[in-house]
Amino acid sequence: MSEAQEFKYIGQRTIRPDGFDKVTGRAAYGADLTLPGMIWGKTLRSPHAHAKIISIDTSKAEAHPDVMSVATFEDFVTLQSESVAGTEGASGVLDVARNCLADDKVLYHGHAIAAIAARTERAAKDALDLIDVEYELLPSVMDVEDAMKEDSPVLHDDMFTAGYDEKPSKASNIATRVEMKMGDVDAGFAEADIIVEREFRTPTAHQGYIEPHACTVTYDENGQSMVWCCTQGHFDVRTLTAKVLGMELGKLKVIASEIGGGFGGKTVIYQEPVALVLSKKSGRPVKMVMDRDEVFIATGPTSAAKLKAKVGAKKDGTITAMQGWMAYEAGAFKGSPMVPGVMTMFTPYDCPNVLVEGFDVVVNKSKVAAYRAPGAPQAEYAAEMVVNELAEILGMDPIDLRLKNAAKEGTQTIYGPKLKRVGLVECLEAAKNSPHYQSAIPEGQGRGLASGFWFNIGGQSSVSINMNPDGTGTIVEGSPDIGGSRASMQMMAAEVLQIEPKNLKPIIADTENLPYSAGTGGSRTTFATGMAVIEASEKVVAQVKERAAAVWNVTAEQVEYADGVARNTAGEDSMTLAEVCKSAEKTGGQISGNANINARGAGPSFAVHLCDVAVDKETGKVDVTRYTAIQDAGKAIHPGYVEGQLQGGAVQGIGWALNEEYIYNSDGVMENPGFLDYRVPLASDLPMIETITVEVPNAFHPYGVRGVGETGIIPPLGAVGYAVGNAIDRKVEELPCSPPRVLALIQNG
Amino acid sequence: MAKSHVTTSINGQPQEFLCEPGDTLLDVLRNDLNLTGTKEGCGSGDCGACSVTLNGRLVCSCLVLGVEVEGAEVETIEGVSTGDGLHVIQEKFLEHAALQCGICTPGLIVSAKALLEENPNPTEEEARYYLAGNLCRCTGYDKIIRAVMDSAETLRGGA
Amino acid sequence: MAIVIFSSELQKLTGEEQTRVDAEVFKDIVTEISNQYSALEHDELMEMAVAIDGEIIHTPFLEKVAATSEVHFLYRISGG
Repeated sequence: MSEAQEFKYIGQRTIRPDGFDKVTGRAAYGADLTLPGMIWGKTLRSPHAHAKIISIDTSKAEAHPDVMSVATFEDFVTLQSESVAGTEGASGVLDVARNCLADDKVLYHGHAIAAIAARTERAAKDALDLIDVEYELLPSVMDVEDAMKEDSPVLHDDMFTAGYDEKPSKASNIATRVEMKMGDVDAGFAEADIIVEREFRTPTAHQGYIEPHACTVTYDENGQSMVWCCTQGHFDVRTLTAKVLGMELGKLKVIASEIGGGFGGKTVIYQEPVALVLSKKSGRPVKMVMDRDEVFIATGPTSAAKLKAKVGAKKDGTITAMQGWMAYEAGAFKGSPMVPGVMTMFTPYDCPNVLVEGFDVVVNKSKVAAYRAPGAPQAEYAAEMVVNELAEILGMDPIDLRLKNAAKEGTQTIYGPKLKRVGLVECLEAAKNSPHYQSAIPEGQGRGLASGFWFNIGGQSSVSINMNPDGTGTIVEGSPDIGGSRASMQMMAAEVLQIEPKNLKPIIADTENLPYSAGTGGSRTTFATGMAVIEASEKVVAQVKERAAAVWNVTAEQVEYADGVARNTAGEDSMTLAEVCKSAEKTGGQISGNANINARGAGPSFAVHLCDVAVDKETGKVDVTRYTAIQDAGKAIHPGYVEGQLQGGAVQGIGWALNEEYIYNSDGVMENPGFLDYRVPLASDLPMIETITVEVPNAFHPYGVRGVGETGIIPPLGAVGYAVGNAIDRKVEELPCSPPRVLALIQNG
Repeated sequence: MAKSHVTTSINGQPQEFLCEPGDTLLDVLRNDLNLTGTKEGCGSGDCGACSVTLNGRLVCSCLVLGVEVEGAEVETIEGVSTGDGLHVIQEKFLEHAALQCGICTPGLIVSAKALLEENPNPTEEEARYYLAGNLCRCTGYDKIIRAVMDSAETLRGGA
Repeated sequence: MAIVIFSSELQKLTGEEQTRVDAEVFKDIVTEISNQYSALEHDELMEMAVAIDGEIIHTPFLEKVAATSEVHFLYRISGG
């Protein structure tokens, strides 16, 4: 694959093929399916942050005339702890089941305990009051530092910290300790002329998708059970749900509805197995839709974290040592994204001496779920803030400091391999030359910048391209479309088949129409599903050549295919793709290409963001006045949707840096489980988000694609945090920079 | 509990339905009338995904009771495009890639239409503040605002 | 013979920074090093991702290595 490719269709701003349905309200999302005889399920949730369940009495509920069925943990197959490989990594199935419905303990306010299905949603909700639960209250722990203390209440008495040479004798809330290092940081710091060391805190924040979790299910004893749900990965829903319920994979069909946002938070299951139990016990289809407060208190969120970062450098700006420490809140069950945090923290820097230690810690909060580059935003925030401070002390431009130490091809990473070709330097240079950076900081405002790194993944994608007798085709793929990926699939297939994209219709198949496909996440879809689309399209072209060759009595090697036309190089004949497809019946049967791959060679995406803020020193309110997001996309298949990823990630990061946080009271109850007080950015909060798409091609993808979906949420935390600090001449250590915190900094700083 | 009988007009068509006193207009539209284009994001009027117009006024249908629309005219996303094709606003949303997951899109299009009917020549700031009640988590609003401003210009007879 | 370079985490179990392996396919490399270092768990290593000459491969079961290849075991990264 050459660096300077000419494309016929790639790179255009096509109208997405599912667009018509989405702008007219026709597209069907998770809560939009109704089936005959359908009843409604609702969930009883724990009012306590930590308690033993002494007993659950559902008899009154079951006796109610409107109630059709009731579900508790007893209805789940008893499981030994076991890993299930899915897109979002190994999940302990027992933990998954216990999170769907509590076993012997409730571990957070909002933890699901039981569910009721009734004729109407209101009847189901009202009947929840008829379930009697007896609790033995336990002390709760709501903060990662408290949870790590010797005398902290312990959530799981079978949790012994992994990662020490000797297994501890006492149960703890620290599930895992990890340490990664290279070189010798002590020697590195000894060499340094300047050392900067800071501590930081980031809050519990939610992915904030506008669509609550929803599913409509039917359980069928004969093995045709069906789940319709909004998810990023319906094959993984099938795997996990079948495991929890002890069902065979082949007896459960999962259909991915359109999805109203996920960002990683819809790669897990919550209601699906519960709804199936309710359906099984009632003999009816069951719909379950979460209320907004349920989404906040019982799904996601992302880890709150305590972080320390220390960087040492020579006077000339050469960084000699980098050291990090982080403790991430996993929520009620182990499994925070601490490990990727450790791996990414200092990866944008070429420094030989690095040491990072990380802890995965449980607390009485909702179990965390993936959120856009999981683990990286928190860790890289700490690193970027300290690097910016280092630049200031050295009197160096923060971009120049990063250029001097930038990770590039051949840079040794802390997690093992050396980087292949990457685009950080190009992003830094684009940042330096950008209109934003070239402009003076407006009077009274503060400017900040930060870089970001995320690995991106490949994984399994299965695609089938089925050609119709009229030369149009269907692209059957298994990646739910969360951001316009159908358009990219259409263009990549069109590029190979050399016909107009509008002649190819991408559809998202259910789990019965395609082999396993990993979910949409990890910035993998344009890369991996794209690769499968390209490979399947190439097989179509190969078949077209064979059919034409047979008609012309030549060999397939003597047929060339270009611009949608097959030509006989040994004669004058030609046939269009449509003509070959029309005669397919006569030449051996229909033409279709498929590719079931496990894509490797995902290329990391680096980003650099610039942010200007104005701070009202009387109220502490921060306004973002200018923002530029620069990121390496490898190759932008659809520039509009690539820009959209850059902008969307930037704004989620801005929200995380400025206003978003879970506020708990002393009983461990979330006080702001709604969009009024969990303050995500509004249209009125923001300026236009300038974008610069850098393209340093990834050699492993035929068109050079790198995933872009995730990296964009990483730089905003540091860019915004440092900008605020500059605007008020203080050191920002804790996010979010909400008005009360900013005022306190101004007043006490 | 006895249901109320309501006679109303939805997207220019006469419509009757039965509903309980506590049912919201959003519940009725989605569950009783199968008009699922209007979405529920929060149920408390904070996200705007359920935006419709009631007698020409932009409202959150989750904050309107079903019984309140007796004799009124309701317009939902399903009524935005005419028989002749997409409304300019819908076309501009597609052109500008102003949607990613699309869940906020129906509410935003209804709101944008109400904005431009009230104020055919909004500034960027006016558009942003008018649409502040419609949350979008995917796009960062940039392309949405561009689509709305471009729609305004086209509807005024510009480009 | 390919080189397997151990992360600081794995070094705690092997006591060494790296080793050379005869095996040419990932699954055989795992067998070889789990036999060589008793503290390494065969099944756990099989579940890991690997970087071969810088390319990260999530499911390396049948991956071949060249005589000059550098192999690193990695945690499997997912995403969001």
